[in-house]
Amino acid sequence: MSGEGCSETLLLGHWAEVALKGCNRPQFERALRRAALQRLPGRSGVELRDGRLVVHLAAGVPAEAGIAALQRCFGIVSVRRARRIARPADLAALAVVAVEEARRAQAAGAESFKIAARRADKRFALRSPDLAREIGGAVAAATGLRVDVHHPDVQIGCDVRADAFYVWGAVLPGPGGLPTGTAGRALCLLSGGIDSPVAAYLAAKRGLALSAAYFHTFPYTGDGTRQKVVDLCRALAAYTGEVRLWVGHFTDIQSAVQESVPEPLRTIVARRMMVRFAEALCRRERAGALVTGDSLGQVASQTLEALTAVGEVAALPLLRPLVTADKTEIVDLARRIGTYAISVRPFDDCCTLFAPRHPRTRPTRGEVRDAEGRLAVGALLEAAAARSERLRVTPDGAEPYPPPGAVKG
Amino acid sequence: MWFAEAGTATSASVLAAVPACGVRVLRPRAMLRCGGFALGGAAGAGVCGAGAPGGMAVAQRRAELAAYLDNAATTPMLPEAASAMAQVLGVDPGTWSDGLFANPSAVHRWGLAAAECVSAARRALAERIGAGESEVVFTSGGTESNHLGVLGLCRAAVRRGRHVVTTAIEHRSLLCAWDALAADGWEVARLPVGGDGRLSPEDVAAAVRRDTVLVALTHVNNETGTVQPVRQIAAAVRAAAPGAALHVDAVQALCKVDTPYAAWGVDTAAFSAHKVGGPKGTGALFVRRGTRLVPPVPGGEQEAGLRPGTENVPGIAGFGAALRADAGGGRRLTDLKLRFIEGLRSTLPGILVNGPDPADAAVAAPHIVNLSFAEVASLPAEVLLHAFEAEGIACSAGSACHARRPEPSHVLSALGLRGARLRGSLRFSLGPATRAAEIEWAIARIPVAIARLPRVAMPR
Repeated sequence: MSGEGCSETLLLGHWAEVALKGCNRPQFERALRRAALQRLPGRSGVELRDGRLVVHLAAGVPAEAGIAALQRCFGIVSVRRARRIARPADLAALAVVAVEEARRAQAAGAESFKIAARRADKRFALRSPDLAREIGGAVAAATGLRVDVHHPDVQIGCDVRADAFYVWGAVLPGPGGLPTGTAGRALCLLSGGIDSPVAAYLAAKRGLALSAAYFHTFPYTGDGTRQKVVDLCRALAAYTGEVRLWVGHFTDIQSAVQESVPEPLRTIVARRMMVRFAEALCRRERAGALVTGDSLGQVASQTLEALTAVGEVAALPLLRPLVTADKTEIVDLARRIGTYAISVRPFDDCCTLFAPRHPRTRPTRGEVRDAEGRLAVGALLEAAAARSERLRVTPDGAEPYPPPGAVKG
Repeated sequence: MWFAEAGTATSASVLAAVPACGVRVLRPRAMLRCGGFALGGAAGAGVCGAGAPGGMAVAQRRAELAAYLDNAATTPMLPEAASAMAQVLGVDPGTWSDGLFANPSAVHRWGLAAAECVSAARRALAERIGAGESEVVFTSGGTESNHLGVLGLCRAAVRRGRHVVTTAIEHRSLLCAWDALAADGWEVARLPVGGDGRLSPEDVAAAVRRDTVLVALTHVNNETGTVQPVRQIAAAVRAAAPGAALHVDAVQALCKVDTPYAAWGVDTAAFSAHKVGGPKGTGALFVRRGTRLVPPVPGGEQEAGLRPGTENVPGIAGFGAALRADAGGGRRLTDLKLRFIEGLRSTLPGILVNGPDPADAAVAAPHIVNLSFAEVASLPAEVLLHAFEAEGIACSAGSACHARRPEPSHVLSALGLRGARLRGSLRFSLGPATRAAEIEWAIARIPVAIARLPRVAMPR
C-alpha cells in the first residue's frame, strides 16, 4: 500500500492555555477557528478535532503560506505540517509516510532522528513505546539515519487517533497568547514610533481586540505620519484581523496647551489630554482598557512621576506592556512582527517643536493640576472628538468606518 | 477651523471669490493619498466622527488642490501629452484599438509606424535644443540621463585622467554619481557659488587641469532657480582644457530658458519629460555628435547603442507632444512669479527671496523662486508647507527628491544661508499649466494660513 496514495497533507494547530479555560472553552475554540479561517489564504477548511485545529488547505495554497497564517493566530502555540492516513490502515502505511518525512529532513541535512509516538486511541494494538520502536526501525532501515532519543536533529511525530494516523516532521512555534477578542477590547495609543505598535501587539496577544487612536497635529505633522500609522495598523491587523483606528484631531488641543501651560509641563499636560481623549474614544469603541508604549525612564515623560501624572486622569486601566522592556528588546520584537520598517520610515515630524527645552521630569500632582487650570479641558475634547475620523483597517487597506452613507440604527 | 474652511467650498466657488482677472475654473484635481484609501475633495469630505450630536460630524475635510506651485517637483500632464499617449496606448476615448504597440525596432510596417512616432518626438526635442535628430538618446528620465552622461563620459576618458569639476549645489542624482566616481578613486572638485548661486566662468577655468576629464553643472538649479552662465563656462572650459567634456543637467532648464546646447559646445545634456508637462519615466540625453560615451548598461542596438532596451514608445510620444505644446512661455511665467512675490510681500513684507534677483532673467529662471519665511513665522519649512497644504496650496521644502529627509538643503547652505532662514525656506515653482488664479489664491491664502499658526518658537 503506497503511503502517498492514501495520505492527505494538512496543518495542525495546537493550543495550550485555551484548553485550561473550563466552561469558556467552546467560546475560545470558536474564536480560534474564526481567526484561523480569516487569516488562511483561499477557502481553506478548518475543523476542531481531537482538541486541536485541523486545517485542510485550499487547492493551490502552499503549506508555507498556511503555516505563516497560523503563526499569526494568537492562541496557537505550535504548528505542524502533518500527513493524515485515514483508518482503517495498516501499520505499514504509517511507516511509509514516516520514512518519507524522515527523507525530507535528511535532504535538509538531518543525521539523527527520534520517533515521538502517541497512542491516543487506546484500542490500538501497540502501546506508544512499541509503536515508536516499530516505526523507528523502519525509518532507520530505509534511510540510514541514526536514532538519538536525547538530541535528535529531527523528531518525527506519530499520532494514532480513532479515525486516522497523523505523521509530522517538524513542530513550528506559534505566537502563543489567547484568541483575539476573548479578553475584550482595548484601545492603544499609536504615535507612529517604534514602541506603541509593539505594545499593541503584546496587548492583542493576550486576547484583546484592537482599537487604536492616533493624534494628528496637522500642519505640525504631515499626512505622511498619518499614513505611517495606517500602515502600522495594517501590520497589526495581520495578527488581529482588523484594527479600528481613530485619527484624533489634536492640533487645537496642542495649540491651547502651548498657549496656556507653563513650558516645562507642556508634554505632561499634552499627554494627559491624549489619555482623556483616548478614554472618550474607548466609550465609543466599548473598549475596556487603554494601552500605551511607555517604557520606564526612556524619555522625560516616562519617569515614574510623569507616568503617574499622566495615568491618573484615566479611570479605565492603563496597560503598559513595555514598561520594563529595554529599547533593544522592543526593537527586536518590532522587527519580528514587521512593524519596525514602517516605524523608522522617515517623515517630517515637527512634534519636537512642542517639546519643552527643559521638561519637568518629576512633576507633582498639584503643579500639574495648577498648570491645567487655564485649559478648557471638556470643551477642547468635545470639539476635537467632533473633528476626528474613524477608519477600519485590515491587512488589505483602510476604509472609513462606519462606511459613508451607512444608516445609523 | 482651517480644515473645515478649506474644504467647505468647492474649488470653483473658491476661485470665483478670488479677485483675479480671467479666472478659469480649475479642474478639481483632488490630491490623491497614497495607500489603501483616497480622501480627496468631495469623496473625503464626509468621513465622520461617529456618534456626534446632530448626525454626521464633518471631520478634517481635505483641501482641494487650488494652487499647484510645485512644478519643479513634477508637472501635471499637458492635455496634448496625455492625448498623444492615449493614442499610442490605443485607449483614446471612444475607440479601442491596439494603438502603436509594435516594437520600433521591428522591420514590418507596424514597427516602422512606432519608430516614426519615436523619431517625431526626437525631432521635437532636437529642435528645442538646436541639435540634430541623431544627437538625442531617450532614457527613463533625468537621473538616468545624468548618470549616462557623467559616467559614460568619464568611462570613455578614464585613460586621460581621473579629475572632475562640478559645483557645490548639484542635484542629488549627480551627487550620487560623484560618490560612485570618488569610490573608484576619482578626484571631484566642487566649486563654491556666490550668494545668488552663480558659478563664475573664471573659477571654472582656474579649476580645470590638464587631466580634467569632465566639467558638470546644472543649468537651472532646482531649488533656487539660479541660471548658470553655461555659454561662458563652456567657452572657458574649451579655452582652458580642450580635452575636458562638459555635461549639463538641463532638467529644469528645458522649455524655461534658452538651451542651444549644440551651439554652445556642450557635450551632453540631461532632460526629463515630467518637468515639462510630459509623463514620468521618460527622459533624454543630448549627446553631441562625435562625443564618445561608454554606456553603463551594455546591450542592444537601440538608441545608438547607448541605451539598450525597447523604447518606451507611449512615454516618448507624450514627451514629444509636451515639447510641441509648450510654447516656452518664459515671459508669462516670469510675470506670474513676480506677481506672486510682490503680492505676498505686500501683506508679509518680511518674506525674503533666497538666491538670485527674481526680476533678472539672465540669472533667475522664470518658474522657480525660493522664499524665506523666517521673519514672518518662526517655524520650520515643513510646518508652513502643511499649513499651506491645508489651504490647497502645494509647494516644497527644498527639493522633493529628498524632501522626506530632515536635513536642511545643501543648496541653500552653499548659498550662505544659516539658522532660521535656512530652515524656514520654501520653494514655489510654476509650470505650463499654472494659471493666474492659482497665484492669486496663494497670495490671498498664505497670509491667512500663517496667521492661524500658533506662536511656537523654532528650536535652535
